[in-house]
Amino acid sequence: MKFASLTLATALTGSIALAGQVGPEDVAFNDDGAIEASLTGAPGDAANGAVIVGEKSKGNCVACHQVAALADVPFHGEVGPPLDGAGSRWSEAELRGLVSNAKMTFDGTVMPAFYKVDGFVRPGDAYTGNAPEGPLPPILSAQEIEDVVAFLATLKEE
Amino acid sequence: MNFKAMTAIAALVAAPLSVLAGPDEDALVVNGEIEMVTKTAAPAHMADAVDEIYSGWRFRSDETQALQMDDFDNPGMVFVDQAQEAWDTADGTEGKSCASCHDAVQDSMAGVRAVYPKWNEDAGEVRTLATQINDCRENKMGAEKWKYTGGDMAAMEALISVQSRGMPVNVAIDGPAQETWEKGKEIYYTRYGQLELSCANCHEQNYGNMIRADHLSQGQINGFPTYRLKNAKLNTAHARFKGCVRDTRAETFKPGSDDFVALELYVASRGNGLSVEGPSVRN
Ligand code: HEC
Ligand code: HEC
Ligand code: HEC
Repeated sequence: MKFASLTLATALTGSIALAGQVGPEDVAFNDDGAIEASLTGAPGDAANGAVIVGEKSKGNCVACHQVAALADVPFHGEVGPPLDGAGSRWSEAELRGLVSNAKMTFDGTVMPAFYKVDGFVRPGDAYTGNAPEGPLPPILSAQEIEDVVAFLATLKEE
Repeated sequence: MNFKAMTAIAALVAAPLSVLAGPDEDALVVNGEIEMVTKTAAPAHMADAVDEIYSGWRFRSDETQALQMDDFDNPGMVFVDQAQEAWDTADGTEGKSCASCHDAVQDSMAGVRAVYPKWNEDAGEVRTLATQINDCRENKMGAEKWKYTGGDMAAMEALISVQSRGMPVNVAIDGPAQETWEKGKEIYYTRYGQLELSCANCHEQNYGNMIRADHLSQGQINGFPTYRLKNAKLNTAHARFKGCVRDTRAETFKPGSDDFVALELYVASRGNGLSVEGPSVRN
């Protein structure tokens, strides 16, 4: 029982590539920075995506973005534009690209890449300040990216 | 022109507009007599980056600001008193105190904080206040070095800083210090960690903006050491640097390392012209 739930936890954090899942190194961005194919083949869960966007220990997107749909989450930042209407401005493929690695869409943007595991300067072990012990997991797993994309797609222009 | 380039230009144009709302217009006068410069023209070396520089005090709430306006309310002043005692107390194998060589701190240390970090000709290196204090402890007093970011060190830095309150920060960046300064500048603009964020991403491009619950300042160090309400103690600049680098999901540099000494010189130089405030009060 204990072993089984441990394995499940590892799979959820995305450090092990599951069958049918696109690993962070294998993501195919098109010229505009979009990713056409789902990273998991499974549909995203918008409700879970909303949690990830607001949760400090997950996407923490509200650190930089205001999201009217998440008004119950305290303290939204102003570093990025409000995400209201993002689902109207961007296609699902574009949103997937933005969340995975926004630098492919916006050159040099301050927005971090959430599905990327290499090319960093002095990467650390999460927020410990120490060097990582092994290979870095992406900040969000493939399914979490899909969940966030599903949530963003619900943010339509009024 | 392609879409990417257009967006990048839009961002460049938008940034200066959004930061105008950032710092407030309050004036800082300490004890009704020390008038602090908390906003002034940026030094020439950073003129292409920002027009004006601001003390972190301008970005704090009225309640936090008030704590720094009177020494009776400033929780950092307790540590200044402690350090005054340490100044006069002999320590180490030589049986000497700071006062044995430097006499009254009010006289010998006036103006010192304002010009540190500073090139030391004999040592052939840029020294921070902390490096210099530990050098005196080790080599002049035969005493144990203090922990670089520890309470004794922060308190002594505060005592020395108080002797320069209100004087303009004026660190030298040319001559023999230039190489160290260039190194610090490179660190300032490097995007560290898994979040790939540089000091400049937050403190140059986004000062005035909220990042989650925090109101981003320019990350100036004219107020250090700073008493933080969050951890209820005096904090050194290197401890703050370490926290900010850690928050980018990066492996930090060590306090007192050559890297952080260089960064301190560079960041201090971005505040040339602001008043020495330490010990300041921040949240
Ligand atoms: C450190 C700041 C930061 C964080 C954290 C951040 N973003 Fe962004 N984001 C930005 C900035 C800045 C832009 C604007 C792009 C540019 O011009 O650089 C942006 C742009 C976007 C856009 C396109 C803007 C539009 O038109 O709606 C989307 C969508 C987006 N971010 C989603 C997210 C999501 C989802 C997360 C979390 C998983 C996130 N961001 C985390 C800073 C951030
Ligand atoms: C035995 C003598 C001696 C003692 C004791 C001593 N110092 Fe010094 N200190 C010096 C000398 C000499 C210098 C000049 C060093 C140099 O330029 O290399 C100096 C320089 C300094 C400076 C830099 C001043 C400047 O204008 O750049 C500071 C700050 C300082 N000491 C702090 C302290 C403190 C704090 C203590 C006690 C914890 C202390 N010193 C104890 C001899 C001493
Ligand atoms: C992810 C954003 C971020 C990055 C990157 C960052 N900081 Fe900060 N920093 C903050 C926040 C938030 C605060 C607290 C609010 C404030 O004073 O700006 C802060 C505070 C500071 C302060 C205290 C200012 C004061 O008045 O007390 C200094 C100094 C500082 N940062 C320096 C740096 C340096 C140097 C770097 C690069 C090594 C850096 N920061 C990188 C977010 C950041």
